[in-house]
Amino acid sequence: MTATTAIGAGLNRIEAAAKVTGAARYAGEIPLDGHAYGSVVQSTIARGQVTMIDADAVLARPGVLAVLTHDNAPRLHRADDTDAELLVLQDDRVRYRGQAVALVIAETLEQARAGAELLDVTYQPEDHDVVFAADHPRLYAPEHVNPNYPTDTSVGDVDAALASAAIVVDATYSTPAEHNNPMEPHAAIAQWDGDRLTVYDSNQGATSVRQALTTLFGLADGAVRVLSEHVGGGFGAKGSTRPHAVLAAMGARFTERPIRVTLTRQQMFAMVGYRTPTIQHMRLGADADATLVALEHTAYSQTSQVLEFAEQTALISRLMYAAPNLRTRHRVVALDVPTPRWMRAPGEAPGSFALESAMDELATACGVDPIELRVRNEPSVEPDSGLPFSSRNLIACLHEGAERFGWASRDPRPGVRRDGRWLIGTGVASSTYPARSAPSTAAATALADGSFVVEITASDIGTGARTALTQIAADELRAPTERVEVRIGDSDFGQAMIAGGSMGTASWSWAIAKACRELLHTLHEIGTVPPEGVTAHADTAEDIKAQAQLSRHAFGAQFAEVRVDVDTGEVRVPRLCGVFAAGRIINAKTGRSQLIGGMTMGIGMALLEEGVMDPQFGDYVNHDLASYHVPVNGDVHDIDVSWIDEHDDRLNPVGVKGIGEIGIVGTAAALANAVWHATGHRHRHLPIRPDRVLTSLA
Amino acid sequence: MRQFGYERPEYAADAVALAERPEVRYLAGGTNLVDLMKLGVETPDLLVDVSALPYEFVQEDLDGLVRIGAGVRNSDLAAHALIRSRYPVLAQAVLAGASGQLRNMATVGGNLLQRTRCVYFQDVSKPCNKRMPGSGCPARKGDHHNLAILGASDQCIATNPSDMAVALTALDAVVHVQDHAGPHEVPLAELYRLPGSDPQRETTLAPGALITAVDLPTLPFARRSRYRKARERASYSFAIGSVAAALDVEGDVVRDVRLAFGAVAPVPWRARTAEAALVGGPVNEEAFRAAAEAELAAAEPLRDNAYKVPLITNLVVRTLAELAAGS
Ligand SMILES: Cc1cc2nc3c(=O)[nH]c(=O)nc-3n(C[C@H](O)[C@H](O)[C@H](O)COP(=O)(O)OP(=O)(O)OC[C@H]3O[C@@H](n4cnc5c(N)ncnc54)[C@H](O)[C@@H]3O)c2cc1C
Ligand code: SF4
Repeated sequence: MTATTAIGAGLNRIEAAAKVTGAARYAGEIPLDGHAYGSVVQSTIARGQVTMIDADAVLARPGVLAVLTHDNAPRLHRADDTDAELLVLQDDRVRYRGQAVALVIAETLEQARAGAELLDVTYQPEDHDVVFAADHPRLYAPEHVNPNYPTDTSVGDVDAALASAAIVVDATYSTPAEHNNPMEPHAAIAQWDGDRLTVYDSNQGATSVRQALTTLFGLADGAVRVLSEHVGGGFGAKGSTRPHAVLAAMGARFTERPIRVTLTRQQMFAMVGYRTPTIQHMRLGADADATLVALEHTAYSQTSQVLEFAEQTALISRLMYAAPNLRTRHRVVALDVPTPRWMRAPGEAPGSFALESAMDELATACGVDPIELRVRNEPSVEPDSGLPFSSRNLIACLHEGAERFGWASRDPRPGVRRDGRWLIGTGVASSTYPARSAPSTAAATALADGSFVVEITASDIGTGARTALTQIAADELRAPTERVEVRIGDSDFGQAMIAGGSMGTASWSWAIAKACRELLHTLHEIGTVPPEGVTAHADTAEDIKAQAQLSRHAFGAQFAEVRVDVDTGEVRVPRLCGVFAAGRIINAKTGRSQLIGGMTMGIGMALLEEGVMDPQFGDYVNHDLASYHVPVNGDVHDIDVSWIDEHDDRLNPVGVKGIGEIGIVGTAAALANAVWHATGHRHRHLPIRPDRVLTSLA
Repeated sequence: MRQFGYERPEYAADAVALAERPEVRYLAGGTNLVDLMKLGVETPDLLVDVSALPYEFVQEDLDGLVRIGAGVRNSDLAAHALIRSRYPVLAQAVLAGASGQLRNMATVGGNLLQRTRCVYFQDVSKPCNKRMPGSGCPARKGDHHNLAILGASDQCIATNPSDMAVALTALDAVVHVQDHAGPHEVPLAELYRLPGSDPQRETTLAPGALITAVDLPTLPFARRSRYRKARERASYSFAIGSVAAALDVEGDVVRDVRLAFGAVAPVPWRARTAEAALVGGPVNEEAFRAAAEAELAAAEPLRDNAYKVPLITNLVVRTLAELAAGS
């Protein structure tokens, strides 16, 4: 391993000045000569058929260039793995409310939007089914859950173990639909040059968008270029190609002009994915000494009629605690709703709410401290698979967090601490997230002036990835960061992992390290850099295939203090404390921000966020940021984030586990456990809104 | 967004003349109107910007009456020394609303006439009796967890979202209006209408009426007044229940009281039944609770908003108790 100087430092974001001065351009701001605007028309029924679209009146309006519908839109090609959600305007079926049924294209954004508002669409509606329930008659077991895990697992005999367990916790938890709301709405501008397509798009991975567009438009490899230099957040909603990019490309083909499509905030609630609601049935059995004898986690979630999306909600229970009898199950139901997608820590975020709440209930039932319960049930290998862990420092995180938070003096009794009109409580929960790497390619070039350029189709969605990758490349090249330029967000740099699954840095750093090492090797051989420079390429596909089978996960512990107003049921969060064991932290500043951001989003999940489905219409009715509440500054007080110095050399060359998601895992449970400790009432349904708290206090 | 014209007159008479047609809207801070235009809920063909009119003043006359111009920004109102010292309930209510940026733009006139936040009202793809008379009220069966428990009708259960208006209602504010018939005054309590069978009519104002100022009558005991707002997040969200209160205590008897509720009715709700129950009565939590309960006896909660009854009751008890303790 090379000596590190840049890695670990709290380097400021390299593009910070460009961003705060407005010089950094986002997809929706890229000006292309002669471009026009497309505005999406969404269906106003949840299920049925478009019987007529009368475009004449709209086409007659000033500035309107075209109205694309299923009648005249370019035909798209599909492959086996094509995301059916991208087959926009291909037929007259309406499969959910908010589906794109037309694109109005005009000279100005205002003209396009006015046209879209006025477009006359006639439907033949059919009865829709949009109500998610754990007893829905059409629930089924999917073939696998995301991304490719077994649907059900079973070790031992859970039923027998529960029947003879001294203590049993049997409880059902639920989480609502939650909507990714990155600051930058989805946007793309597309331009054709013959059969070559260039798209500036807001996404978490330009090569995956390139791949999808190549297939959809039946183009030759290399004919599509996707550029995403700056992206204003994604939280998973930009993890795959979204319909706006396809519509922009279709519009551009149809009008033979560059077309920009930007979604409105309201449109995002139906068109970019969201976290499925879940219902989770937990059964935990323990001996009198608080040793788990059985753990069962049954998770229900919804998917759409367009394609199957099976959230891996119960995955977390397969690895967290040493239960000799362990069963997990997933069931989904396809409703007439928009397709749920990835949202920060898919699976683990809702799953941890149920598991870590149930563990808290078990600790109470057993009369042991919740940290002690977790210590007693710490597994030596992954309970479900029997695989060894590459590293597992959960207990160290719990102990370190307990120290920082001041857990030792906690009185376990609920509902007894009061400060004026406030009830006070504290809670704890564990966090975890898989640490995986995926194949990526990179190129490293040495220039004659002694500087270096690294190219990789990485994506910086505001996380600081560009900066972290510069630090990694600089250390590998034994050069100061100022001499290393890392170029990202251009699909022409070759295939690479998306910024998703907390796998970005773990995957890209591998390819970069490999390319840089290769380059140093070449430089060593040739002595001096030729005037045209010298480049080394790397592809990690084989390296990743050759990885040993291990259970690789990051772990963490989260502590929360809440104050509950007895008069209003309002919950406030004066303190959160998170301690994480996530391998090597590349940039102390942006890394801390990621974890704080995850925990802040956890506050939203616990207390605020809830997409309200209206069965009358079949959509999430609170589709804007005034009615869908995410935390604001006033909701966020002290967040103490730290990490354990963890060296795991069985991950990837740089020793990275990924930190994008683990911050939100466990936060909601820690808060719910704290609300229980404050009030004596267990909230098994999120979010813990004032009306629900007040009703429980009555 | 559709095409519209824009005028910025300097005289009220010109503004009123321009605004006579139903397709015209006054534009103040624009923080509500422009949003509704983007949503297609409001489709004016002409905006008459009122920001050049001479209504950015807060002044006191010889009798101690305080007059606030309709163009005063919410931030300036909340920060004004006269308001903070004499009518703290008003300063607190304004500060409890929206966000710093919005309050810098929002005006007194615009705040009074902001529209309901009912999600169906704001979505033109759905029916709504207020937006499209006779089309139905989906909120009744749908999402109404923050809609009315008092004063609603079969036709509409929307709530008035303003915090400021709740404080003004408690203070017996009087609104100065100019319309085609000339200038006149309307007590705030008579400005708003209950929905009844025509929820699209929210005020008693004539079409094109311009709000020019709001008067605060002298109310010495309002120096001891408070606004308490409950909401789903700590800041930047509308009330799920709020109480504006001023209390005048002599010995252990309530001499006078003003009480109004927010986020429970289509209008800022003056709690006259509770006030009557309190005046002359003892200064204790039992009496406060009984008064709140008397007011809320008329409540007709729906499936998801029954929590507002205990919420408002608790807020009344707490706010009055705190005012009493401070006196
Ligand atoms: C995200 C968000 C959160 C908010 N949170 C809160 C909150 O918590 N509490 C709260 O009380 N408010 C809240 N608001 C609403 C805010 O207070 C109002 O939008 C604002 O007060 C409106 O004032 P304005 O000057 O911008 O009015 P405009 O938007 O300009 O106008 C509003 C209406 O009043 C009419 N109008 C304006 N001036 C006059 C006049 N002089 N005479 C006659 N008619 C006139 C207009 O024609 C229009 O119909 C929030 C708003 C937003 C966007
Ligand atoms: S409550 Fe009123 S505003 Fe809301 S949908 Fe019903 S009629 Fe419309």
